[in-house]
Amino acid sequence: MKSPLSLEPLFQVGPVPVTEPVVVSWAVIALLVGASMLATRRLALFPSKTQALLELVVSTIDSQIHDTILRDPAPFRALIGSIFLFTLLSNWSSLIPGVEPPTAHIETDAAMALIVFVATIAWGVRTRGLRGYLATYAEPTWVMIPLNVVEQFTRTFSLIVRLFGNVMSGVFVIGIILTLAGLLVPIPLMALDLLTGTVQAYIFAVLATVFIGAAVGERRKTDAPPRGATK
Amino acid sequence: MNDFLQAVSIFCAALAVSFGAIGPGLAEGRAVASAMEAIARQPEAAGTISRTLFVGLAMIETMAIYCLVVALLVLYANPFIK
Repeated sequence: MKSPLSLEPLFQVGPVPVTEPVVVSWAVIALLVGASMLATRRLALFPSKTQALLELVVSTIDSQIHDTILRDPAPFRALIGSIFLFTLLSNWSSLIPGVEPPTAHIETDAAMALIVFVATIAWGVRTRGLRGYLATYAEPTWVMIPLNVVEQFTRTFSLIVRLFGNVMSGVFVIGIILTLAGLLVPIPLMALDLLTGTVQAYIFAVLATVFIGAAVGERRKTDAPPRGATK
Repeated sequence: MNDFLQAVSIFCAALAVSFGAIGPGLAEGRAVASAMEAIARQPEAAGTISRTLFVGLAMIETMAIYCLVVALLVLYANPFIK
């Protein structure tokens, strides 16, 4: 059986070997971008059915972000929403026969977790200033500095491993069942996979929101009055 | 020697996953039970409770996933088997 940790290149573009997860994730990106461009082409004040659906998705993401970090969700909407939709579509791409979800390979998850890692630091520095952001590592006391620094890396690592482990184990189990029993038997497991994929995409997005929210500071930590809509 | 190492690796992978699943299993059960209790007592807070529950479950589940990854490393990327 093929190892879930190894990857074989599909084809070469010049000197660059291209693997299957790269192709699938670019297809997912193209699908998302194309669908968003089509859906936002004719926006109206009185929404059509497509626009109403789109607005529902955006406002749900907005309310989730707002409930988690108690801030105006507008600056975080693009990153968190893209992460959620991309992960969700990637996890569900296993529904297409012959396609393995790109999130079932550790490289895709590592790339996304690195984006979250960099975004966390960037937002923290932008909101609090470099000195203020570095001071958060000394909270509540300076004794916690090593632990806080280590935590930055371990939580990124666990973000990678969580998504990878969940999606990959689903693909793996279906592969094993297919070698034991053929047609129709894996269907309940594939349904379970859909549920796991949704929950994991949600969790990845929520954890990214929590990390960014912790970096920019909650309401009680900011000395300035909160900006934007806070209930 | 290699055959022996392979047999031990497979045994240890099974051991890691089976024992590593016990703790998170118990913990997730407790977490869900208390969340259910909280929702039953205060149904209007169901949204907040279930969001926190999901994040917490993800954290707990990571332990089991770590064991799975270690098992996979032992099975497929074992540095001692040539």
